[in-house]
This record gives sequence, structure tokens and C-alpha cells, in this order.
Amino acid sequence: MAGQAAKKEKTPRLKMPEQEPHVRARNFHEVPLGLTAEMAIEEAGRCLQCKKPACVPGCPVGIDIPGFINLIREGEFTQSIRKLWEKNSLPAVCGRVCPQEIQCEGLCIVGKKGEPVAIGNLERFAADQERAHGTGELPPRAKPNGKKVAVVGSGPSGLTVAGDLIVKGYDVTILEAFHKPGGVLVYGIPEFRLPKAIVAQEINFLERLGVKVECNAVVGRTVSVDELFEEEGYDAVYIGVGAGLPRFMNIPGENLIGILSANEYLTRANLMKAYLFPEVDTPIPIGKNVVVLGAGNVAMDAARTAMRLGADKVRIVYRRSRDEMPARTAEIHHAEEEGIEFFLLTNPTRYFGNEQGRLTGMECLKMELGEPDDSGRRRPVPMEGSEFSLDCDLCVVAVGSGANPLLTQSTKDMQLNKWGYIDADLETGKTRKKGVWAGGDIVTGAATVILAMGAGRKAADSIDQYLSWGW
Amino acid sequence: MFTIVNREEMAEGTVILNEIEAPRIASRAKPGQFVILKANEEGERIPLTMAETDPQKGTITIIYMVVGKSTALFKTLQVGEAYQDVIGPLGKPTTVEKVGNIVCVGGGTGIAVMHPITRALKDAGNHVTAILGARSKDLLILEEKMAAASHELLITTDDGSYGRKGFVTDALKDVLDKGDTQMVVAIGPVPMMKFVSKLTSEYQVKTIVSLNPIMVDGTGMCGGCRVTIGGKTKFACVDGPEFDGHQVDYDELMLRIQAYCEDEKRCFEDYCMLKPDYAR
Repeated sequence: MAGQAAKKEKTPRLKMPEQEPHVRARNFHEVPLGLTAEMAIEEAGRCLQCKKPACVPGCPVGIDIPGFINLIREGEFTQSIRKLWEKNSLPAVCGRVCPQEIQCEGLCIVGKKGEPVAIGNLERFAADQERAHGTGELPPRAKPNGKKVAVVGSGPSGLTVAGDLIVKGYDVTILEAFHKPGGVLVYGIPEFRLPKAIVAQEINFLERLGVKVECNAVVGRTVSVDELFEEEGYDAVYIGVGAGLPRFMNIPGENLIGILSANEYLTRANLMKAYLFPEVDTPIPIGKNVVVLGAGNVAMDAARTAMRLGADKVRIVYRRSRDEMPARTAEIHHAEEEGIEFFLLTNPTRYFGNEQGRLTGMECLKMELGEPDDSGRRRPVPMEGSEFSLDCDLCVVAVGSGANPLLTQSTKDMQLNKWGYIDADLETGKTRKKGVWAGGDIVTGAATVILAMGAGRKAADSIDQYLSWGW
Repeated sequence: MFTIVNREEMAEGTVILNEIEAPRIASRAKPGQFVILKANEEGERIPLTMAETDPQKGTITIIYMVVGKSTALFKTLQVGEAYQDVIGPLGKPTTVEKVGNIVCVGGGTGIAVMHPITRALKDAGNHVTAILGARSKDLLILEEKMAAASHELLITTDDGSYGRKGFVTDALKDVLDKGDTQMVVAIGPVPMMKFVSKLTSEYQVKTIVSLNPIMVDGTGMCGGCRVTIGGKTKFACVDGPEFDGHQVDYDELMLRIQAYCEDEKRCFEDYCMLKPDYAR
């Protein structure tokens, strides 16, 4: 027994095969190639099957992690995906985009002495295996109860709410403002990180369960929240519209041509598939010398997209240091491998343009770290006289987003906090407006896919209670 | 799907009218609001301000000029065919209230956008003078409808082939000289709105313009439509499309709407090679 445990510890974590950096930096195909069944079984064998697993509390939706991994180890792939579905309706997505290193894998006991079990890769494997070889059998659904729920927004939290409530017997309709469902999974996260076919399949799965998806419905404009109750007969409304208001730097020259919000740049590339222009009709600016402002996942996505669109040079400009970069470790690593340069402790102060109003460069200041600020991170302080200029013909501003007021301001009695986000109970998602729940980035501010899903799960439970027992 | 129930060609086939089935939009839309249309799967999202809505029939009407690949593609759509996507109503509606004497200045396809606004302002009890401008007689649209929607109608053409020879600003100046104009609404090409605003600021007459910059989502999410109004950045899709004409940075707007002109030219040329019928 002791010998076996020791052997387990020595088995190194399996590295998922990936496209070579110099190849993938110029194409839009997915970067990691996935595990084979043999590899997945071997990696699953590294799990200690702890009696009190440390990993599970790290998961915002509480997946039975040792449970699904053990089923992979036994080769019971169908059972494994069923185990995942009990808690997570989007495993193919989460296996790819969750920040596992600060959640499940960050708490894994195996990781104390070596590298943690590759929980994310195994989750992805189980989901991909089901997509490729699964029976397509649907989970059981309760008898329709005749109650109508509207889900506003088809991003990760909305999809979770819809998936949870449809199996409980509710009549669920998703209202999406764009012409295609998926929210940030479709307009934000690039193809090379999350293939759109996977998102489409997850949504198709919900549709097969009976969820109705209505696109081109801008709630707040095409129809209001109150009209959903009064005219369209809904019994409850869930708002999961995301943050959706791009932040800019508010420095001189920001309206020059060639300065785009990350939302615009990525929406053109991902939702509109502008990387295929002129095969599709939506253009995207092609920068030779690109600067991306910010160092979160969105910034990495924008930088790697620019590289794939043919840039000679892509630089991340970030005002804090490497330790404060909010992006997933894997994304930073991938970006560096693909030749993206990092200008850390650097902050732009103004942009330069030519007579045609096009961006030609920017002035930056060097920063140093001072005392911790409200976020607990050390505040960057400008170094006097450290100005220098950077040439660039494209700048993508990825410094976060705020609350889009389109829906919230057109809904009466909707209580907002001082930043414009919806005031909702974090445990239930209940807002101050009767029959209305909210969750995801429109409540918390920009966060992750999995946290939005966690909020969706709690709200779905609360909506179920309300429609069964009353407010 | 958003089916076309009526289609007309105007201004020698350079301007197209489509009446489209979109009941949800038709029941809510107000003058001054716009929609985003996408013809097919590969299509671009194109914002156009509505020229008419009919809540009873459940239809909206757009009138557009063929200027590039996307509008050339729109032009191919016949009655019974459909746009894949129509999103709206977007933007803030025109503020319609009684202010007294109003001059509505429309140029090019801006006249189409101006029409429901003019009618609403007249219905609100204002005395409305409409001034329409076109390059030549053949390119003038909606003359009869605008005559019905206003109390007085003045027409200018650049070449003098119809109405007064000259620009809308020439006719507007004469009206302003009377000294009893409380408000001007100007909708048309950016240079027209710029020069109308320049003129009216000399007379200190409040002026509203409707801007149509490049957009993607139309819901305030991308910021592609940013315009500078009184030194501050605004999003035309949610803060507009109508703004105080005296506050708009037109020079910046004129540059920004050219952002993709090379790409658009290339895309249109490719399309014209494939479909020579639409090359004009």
C-alpha cells in the first residue's frame, strides 16, 4: 500500500499536447490538443481519492472532483460526464477556461509536493469524449410545470440557469441581444482557446432539453423586463447580461482610428469572424505593431489574436508588475511562448496620431510599486521624468469593463450599487425587484466564467423555491 | 427571419426602400431610433435609422443608399426574401415637444430618417419648414411625403436641376434671417450637418443632428461609435444617435467613419467582380 502511494506521487503530471508556438501563433485553431483516453486514465491515476477532498471546496459549483476522476480512471467515460453534469452544465467550456490554478488544482494535495492533478484537463477530456463518442442521451427531465422563466443573456450564468431550470420542468426562454447565443463564450473568448463549435453544441444540448433561444432581443429596448411579466406572461426573470461597458483610459487622443476597446476588437474577431475577412463582410484592423493595454485574460486574448492576424510585434503594456497580472497562468505562458512582449510597470499617458486621424504611437511613463491599494495590490506610482514613446498602429484597450446601463436604467425599481451593478443577494441572486434575479458580471463586476456559473446555479435554486413556494 | 414585404428603388436605383416584417420592433419604435440589420450568416451588422414603422402591420421601413458590399447585398434581397437578423429599436428616440417654429433639414438618404421626425414635430403642434437637398433632381427622394409632413417645403439641388440651385445652407440662411426659428433638426451627410450647425450657431439657434458612425453591437458594448460631444466622449448607439449639433466634433467623426475605407473598397470590388450586375 505504502509503496503504491509513493509510486503515485512520483508519476509526473501529464502535459497536454499543444500546437507548436511558432505554428499556432499564426492560426486560429485550438492551442491544446486534448488528452487521449490512455493519457486521461494515466493522469486520473494520480488522484489520491482523498476522503476529505481539498479540491472540491475550491470549485464554485462544487463538482464531485474525485468522483468524476475515478470514473475516468476506470474507463467509465459516460458515467464520468454524468457525474460532471450533476453540478456543471458546461464542462467542455470550464475544462478550457477556468482558472484551475487558483481553484481546484490550487488546493490539490498532490500539488503540495509536486504538480497537482490536471483536473481541468480531465474535465475537458470527459466532455470532449462525450461530444465525440457519447450516446447523446439527455438527462431526465421533470414533468412540465407550466411556469415560464425568462433568462436575459446567454452567457455562462444564463446558460446555467436555463439548464438547471429546464430539467426541473420549467418553460425556459433565453433572450439574447446578439444574433448568436453564447455571450462572452462567443463574442469574447477566441476560437483558439474555446472553439465556437463547442459552445454551439452546449447550446444545442440545452435546446434539445427544451430551452427556447430567442436572439436579437435587446431587453431594455426590444422588450422591457416589466413587459416580460405583464405582456409575455413570465413568472420569473433572471438577468445575466454581463458587465458589457468597455473602460477606456481617458487620456488624450483616445478617439484616433486604430484604438479599439477589447470588446470591439474581440467581437469583430470572434462573433463576426472578421479574421476570415474578406470571406466574411466584417473587417478588423490589422496592426503590424500592436499594443494591448492591460494584463487580464481579455488582454492575453486580444494580444494573441493580433499575433494571429499577422502582427510583427505585439506588446502588453501593464501598469503593475508580473505578480499582479490577473490573467490565468496558462494564458500568460501561452502568450509569451507565442512571442508577445511584456512592458510591465508601464502606463500610457497619451496617444499620437497622423493627419488622417490614425494612431502612430503613444507616450508612456515608467511606474514603481508603492503601498497596497483598495484591491490589496501594491499601487503603481509614476516615476517622474520617465516618459518614453512606443510606436504602434493598433492599440487594444483591455483595462476592464463597467456596468452597461441599457437594461438596468430602463427597468423601474431596479436597485443598483454605486458602480451601477445590480444589487442582488449573493447567496440567492434575488434582486430588490419582485420576481427578478440577477447574477454574473452584472452583479459582481467583471469576473470569471465559472463564478458566473456558480451565481447562476444559486439563482436557479432560488427561482425554483420561489416558483414552488412563493417569494 | 425578417421578411421583406415591400421593396422600391429610388434615385435611379441608388437608393432602396425595404419594408420588413418585424412586429416586436414596430410596436415599440419611435422616430429617431435605429435598427441593425444583417443579411446572412457572413454578413456585417449595419445600423440604419428607421424611415417608417407600422405597428398595425408589424413592419418597419428602411431606406438606404448602396455604398458598399453590405448595402449592395441588401439590394439583392427581393420581396418575400428575408434579412437573417434585425435588431432594435436602438438608440434614444427624438425628443418631440412643442417649441414653435422648427426647420427640418434633410440631405440624401437623411431625408428618409427625417421624415417621421418631421411628421411627429408637426403633429406636436410646431410650425415645420422642411428643407431638402440633393445633388440633382433625379437623386431627390420622398418629396411628396415631406411636403405632407411639413407646413412649408424648400428644395435645393447642387446643380440647379430642381428647386433652388445651391446647398441647403443657402435656403436655411434665408429662413433663419426671418428671426423666428426656435430649433433646427439636420440629418444628412456629415459635411452637411457640420455646415448647418456652423450656420445655426451664428444665429444661436438650437440644432439637433443624428449621427451614424461605425458600430458593431449598438448596445453600448463595443465603443466603436464613440463621438466627441462638447469635449466628452459619447457612444452614439446609446447616448445618441441625436446630439446637440453645436457640440459635435465633426472633423473627428469624418475621419472615424473612414476607418475601414480601404477594406470596404476591396470587399466591394471583390463582390462586384462576382456579381457584375451590381457594379455601378
